[in-house]
Amino acid sequence: MSTTLDEMTVRTRATTSAELASGRESRETVGDVTSANPRMVCRHVDVFYGSTQAIKDVSLDIGKNEVVSMIGPSGCGKSTFLRCLNRMNDTIDGCRVTGSITLDGLDIYDKGLDPVPLRAQVGMVFQKPNPFPKSIYENVAYGPRILGLTNSKAELDDIIEGSLRKAGLWNEVKDRLDKPGTGLSGGQQQRLCIARTIAVSPEVILMDEPCSALDPIATAIIEELIDELRSNYSIAIVTHSMQQAARVSQRTAYFHLGDLIEVGETNQIFTNPKHKLTEDYITGRFG
Amino acid sequence: MNKTPAAGAPPKRAIDIVNASLKRRYARERRFRFIGLSAVILGLSFVGLLFADIIAKGHSAFVQTYIQLPVHFEAAVLDPDGSRNPEVLARANYQQLIRDALRTEFPGVTDRRETRTLYSMISVGAPTQLRDRVLANPDLIGTTQDVWLLADDDIDMLVKGHIDRGLPENQRRVKDQAVGWVEQLEAQGRIAKRFNTIFFTNGTSREPELAGIAGALMGSFYTLILTLLFAFPIGVGAAIYLEEFAPKNRWTDLIEVNINNLAAVPSIVFGLLGLAVFISVFGVPRSTPLVAALVLTLMTLPTIIIASRAALKSVPPSIREAALGVGASPLQTQIHHVLPLAMPGMLTGTIIGMAQALGETAPLLMIGMIAFIVEIPSGFTSPSTVLPVQIFLWADSPERAFVERTSAAIMVLLAFLILMNLTAVLLRRRFERRW
Ligand SMILES: Nc1ncnc2c1ncn2[C@@H]1O[C@H](COP(=O)(O)OP(=O)(O)OP(=O)(O)O)[C@@H](O)[C@H]1O
Ligand SMILES: [Mg+2]
Repeated sequence: MSTTLDEMTVRTRATTSAELASGRESRETVGDVTSANPRMVCRHVDVFYGSTQAIKDVSLDIGKNEVVSMIGPSGCGKSTFLRCLNRMNDTIDGCRVTGSITLDGLDIYDKGLDPVPLRAQVGMVFQKPNPFPKSIYENVAYGPRILGLTNSKAELDDIIEGSLRKAGLWNEVKDRLDKPGTGLSGGQQQRLCIARTIAVSPEVILMDEPCSALDPIATAIIEELIDELRSNYSIAIVTHSMQQAARVSQRTAYFHLGDLIEVGETNQIFTNPKHKLTEDYITGRFG
Repeated sequence: MNKTPAAGAPPKRAIDIVNASLKRRYARERRFRFIGLSAVILGLSFVGLLFADIIAKGHSAFVQTYIQLPVHFEAAVLDPDGSRNPEVLARANYQQLIRDALRTEFPGVTDRRETRTLYSMISVGAPTQLRDRVLANPDLIGTTQDVWLLADDDIDMLVKGHIDRGLPENQRRVKDQAVGWVEQLEAQGRIAKRFNTIFFTNGTSREPELAGIAGALMGSFYTLILTLLFAFPIGVGAAIYLEEFAPKNRWTDLIEVNINNLAAVPSIVFGLLGLAVFISVFGVPRSTPLVAALVLTLMTLPTIIIASRAALKSVPPSIREAALGVGASPLQTQIHHVLPLAMPGMLTGTIIGMAQALGETAPLLMIGMIAFIVEIPSGFTSPSTVLPVQIFLWADSPERAFVERTSAAIMVLLAFLILMNLTAVLLRRRFERRW
């Protein structure tokens, strides 16, 4: 399987300086989309909502022990792409995904593949906090319980405390675990959803603007968490904060109107973007 | 003709425009509220009128006239061989005792016609009443007791004032002589109106004073239980499948259109279908709660499916994504998260469907629920009738006493409807997320 992937054409190419100088905006991806040690490999992914195309021929790897950040103006398809990675787009009527996405060499869009265990393996924090209308405890306990991760109540309690601590929420909620999760503030709900996601120990974590409603302190806690999770897992994070992308990620992908414009080492993207659109965006001339 | 604003004119501020239109907007709002309130009041007053009329007509059915007579439990009549054998006691001629008591009470009556009038003052159900007493307590034999005997429905109507004593004799059902007797007994305090337990414990009868709604009530009860058992799981299951699992294509569109059509099909058609399919093809016994429930299930299914689908639609998709996102299977997502949130809406739809089923008459006439059945049904396959059909039958009966019973039965039906709707509200409260 992996050999065929290697044989796949990967559209990486050097952008000629002449092109850059002329300012012609090429929509071919600039930079190296591959990762040395890939966990998830996406090739030529197109996503359609009905007849409109939201993602156009995107190829991107997410490596082991790597944080990939995705940036780009609002509506450019970051969430859409992220949701392809755990087949969450299956739930949307009229959404069609083509191309190939593999996890550890297995095609996740294969007809025989069951998306249920896939989603336990590829966890997701959604853009809008969506706690269950149940207690805080139940919110975090639900995943481990249905997946049968624990054998005893004590074990489950440990997982819940650990997850809430990592999400920086434990101190705020430890006295009201039986209170509804929907009664928390927006930022607390977001952290609750992060705790719920990491409670099932997914190997790949997709985070869609996990810190959009958080104050700097909570943001720092989450960034610390991301850094910690990286030692074992792979993470893809969508963010509108360029500083955050710079702080937490090793590689950065810049999306624009459904195209993946540029991919590269985070450092390189922010200091020396090759594509005009990327440069405009990170220097604040666009978006 | 474009005019540029005069250079010196101050620019109009947005707030001035807002203030200018404010009065008109408030007036419109007041008008709307007034119309809404009038609609509510109009609706309520019609309901109030309906209730007042029914209660005014029906309340007297909850009491029943009894006549107190000293009855001698003659040993020679009841137990000639003194064996106290219950079988003998059960077969004895209790009517004799009542007739004797009446003749002793009014010794002047000798003429055959007059005697018959006298005898007819007491209900034909009274002997059974006496028999039950003796069987319960054989020691009564040989004694004389003051017994409250069930009056005939004509006497009942007279006592309740539904028969005008001022009318000429040939225009009323109770003759002058009987009126005299009743007045004599009334003066002695031997006519009393007591709570009408018979109405709640008996099946129907040709004799109004012996007719009760227990049979119809039990019939309705069995029918509704079965309807609920059939319709709720099927309806909710169909709704979940259609809403959450079925692919959206031409076939599911067709199914949806047809479900909506079914909801609008006249109910009598379901009755004809039940007759043709359930009774003729499958041989389900007619006039039973089972066949009634099958027909009513067909009738209520569209209501339940439509309401349940609306309830499922109103559950935010983010909840489904959240559950799927931690690795729940689609069915787990439905059962653990979507169903609890949709349950209040589904229950409301179901109760509306059930209330519809409780009040439905037309299709049940087709499948034999109109039969005259005295016995109280004992199960899902015993012949029975249901409340609305009973009301229909009584409303069709000529006796004056059935008029008040019709209204009383309507009151019972309404009470059950209110009870069901109350249950719906309570269930909804219980299931509703408080957050
Ligand atoms: N369910 C949907 N049905 C139809 N079109 C959709 C749907 N979801 C997203 N889109 C469209 O797809 C495009 C990409 O949307 P997406 O949500 O991926 O943007 P995004 O990059 O995540 O934006 P943001 O930063 O604002 O979250 C948009 O043009 C959007 O209108
Ligand atoms: Mg988004």
